[in-house]
Amino acid sequence: MTISPNTAGSRGTAAKVALAVGIPIAGLVAFMLLWLAWIELFVDPESFLADWSPRLGLPELRDLLASGDLNRHITASVKRIVVGLGIATAVGIPLGMAMGGFRIFNLAATPATSFLRMVSPLSWTPLAIILFGVGDAPVYFLTAIGAVWPITLSTAAGVSSLDRDWLMLSRSLGATRLETLRTIVWPGIRTEVLTGIRLGMTTAWIILVPAEMLGVDSGLGFFILDARDRFNYPEVVAAIIVIGIIGIILDRIAHYLLTPRRRERTRPVVATSVPQMQAGPVARQQYRI
Amino acid sequence: MAAVALRVTDAAKAYVNGGHETPVFSRVDLDVESGEILALLGPSGCGKSTLLRAIAGLDELSGGEISWPAGGDAASRVGVVFQQPLLLPWLTVLENVKLGLRYRAHRGAADDEAVRSTIAEFGLSELIEAYPDELSGGQAQRVSVARTVVTNPQIVLLDEPFSALDPLTRASMQDWLVGIQQSLGLTAVIVTHDVDEAVFLGDRVAMMSPAPGTIVQSWRLDRATRAERGSQAADELKREILATYRGLERPGQLASMPAETSAQVAAGV
Repeated sequence: MTISPNTAGSRGTAAKVALAVGIPIAGLVAFMLLWLAWIELFVDPESFLADWSPRLGLPELRDLLASGDLNRHITASVKRIVVGLGIATAVGIPLGMAMGGFRIFNLAATPATSFLRMVSPLSWTPLAIILFGVGDAPVYFLTAIGAVWPITLSTAAGVSSLDRDWLMLSRSLGATRLETLRTIVWPGIRTEVLTGIRLGMTTAWIILVPAEMLGVDSGLGFFILDARDRFNYPEVVAAIIVIGIIGIILDRIAHYLLTPRRRERTRPVVATSVPQMQAGPVARQQYRI
Repeated sequence: MAAVALRVTDAAKAYVNGGHETPVFSRVDLDVESGEILALLGPSGCGKSTLLRAIAGLDELSGGEISWPAGGDAASRVGVVFQQPLLLPWLTVLENVKLGLRYRAHRGAADDEAVRSTIAEFGLSELIEAYPDELSGGQAQRVSVARTVVTNPQIVLLDEPFSALDPLTRASMQDWLVGIQQSLGLTAVIVTHDVDEAVFLGDRVAMMSPAPGTIVQSWRLDRATRAERGSQAADELKREILATYRGLERPGQLASMPAETSAQVAAGV
């Protein structure tokens, strides 16, 4: 009895997929069971804490999704994070480029940025409300100010680790500053910038929920506050689950969109087919971006 | 005598650091003729790379001038090949070769067909879809030469282009460079500290003294000498150049050293 390499290959792939999907799901189920067991076994059923059981939260989530009551809040939250992250990106990338590219500016700006990034974005709440009133604007401000630092610092790190010889190369090829920016600097720092945006998105999503507890009437943060005021803890649990799941989805989307990919090659590269060049051990290029 | 493509007149370069002036080279006069390879030979730190960068317009001279009797300026006339290939790791071989053509300075210098034919001539056709980390050192350096050549420069400046390669690859790259220089009719200045390389590649060899460097002597070679690696004529010339080289390491002795002595010194190398 023989197994063709193909069958063996696809069986191997199937096993990998099962491993990659099955184990995380099993982990999630185990986590839910622990949560359930804790509340069902150790918590007084008469207490408010008993309402935090996933036994109540999950059916509540199902009802909320079925009725569409949550849709409005999910849309509002996702829109806010997109706008907040957009502002943070628009500010963070140029700021990071300036910090990475100009040593004097970097020295001047580092203390201020180190200071600001250590301040919890929610500390700016009073200022945000004075500056922007109530509504969406202060929420954009708070998410943006949380997300801007990882983007700035990653961009600056990318620029300062850029191989200076590449800049000399582009000058030797007659590139203008703008052309160098477009063909050397941007592609050279893209990986770091995208890492920064991903980190910034995580921060922004964490900031978003408490920020939505201030003076807005939509969003998942508002929904939690509202449910709490109605002592409807199963709804709070349902919203927390939604927040976690959306966070994971946003992170996966960002990871997918922002990971630079090489084009698939149509055929393998055969180095030995080049004449003259077979002699000697080959020195491989090593690059750090 | 062929037309002069590049003329360096009384060039000097000094770095000023905290009011203290460190001369790199001075009183450098150099003519490069169209269609020749000039090998600029000198010990490490004599300023030959700095001179090359000044010619390329990447560095400024402190004194003297660089002129282009055939017309044009550094930006449009010169292509540079550096010691490291400096290929952009996110671009394929083809995209790396076409990098200069994306800039306005060289837009239209070569069409897609011309680029592909250069790549074919350089023996890189199989690799056009490869990324730099998949290339050997020799292949990467050929890609970097191709990237320079497709912009159609009047002069190609090579700054120790093969010194990072292993000896066997270096030798085959030297053969290869002579081949493409002849088939493309390139004018080139190659900076090297390797006497063998200078003698093998150069139509002329110009030697610079240690810092502050200046050109102390130059030799004209004929193509027949170069064609045979290790020929007697080449060996004699190498010996003569080495003797001069050694004399430079002990300043003051060169002028007084009789010809026989220098030959003996060289024999002991």
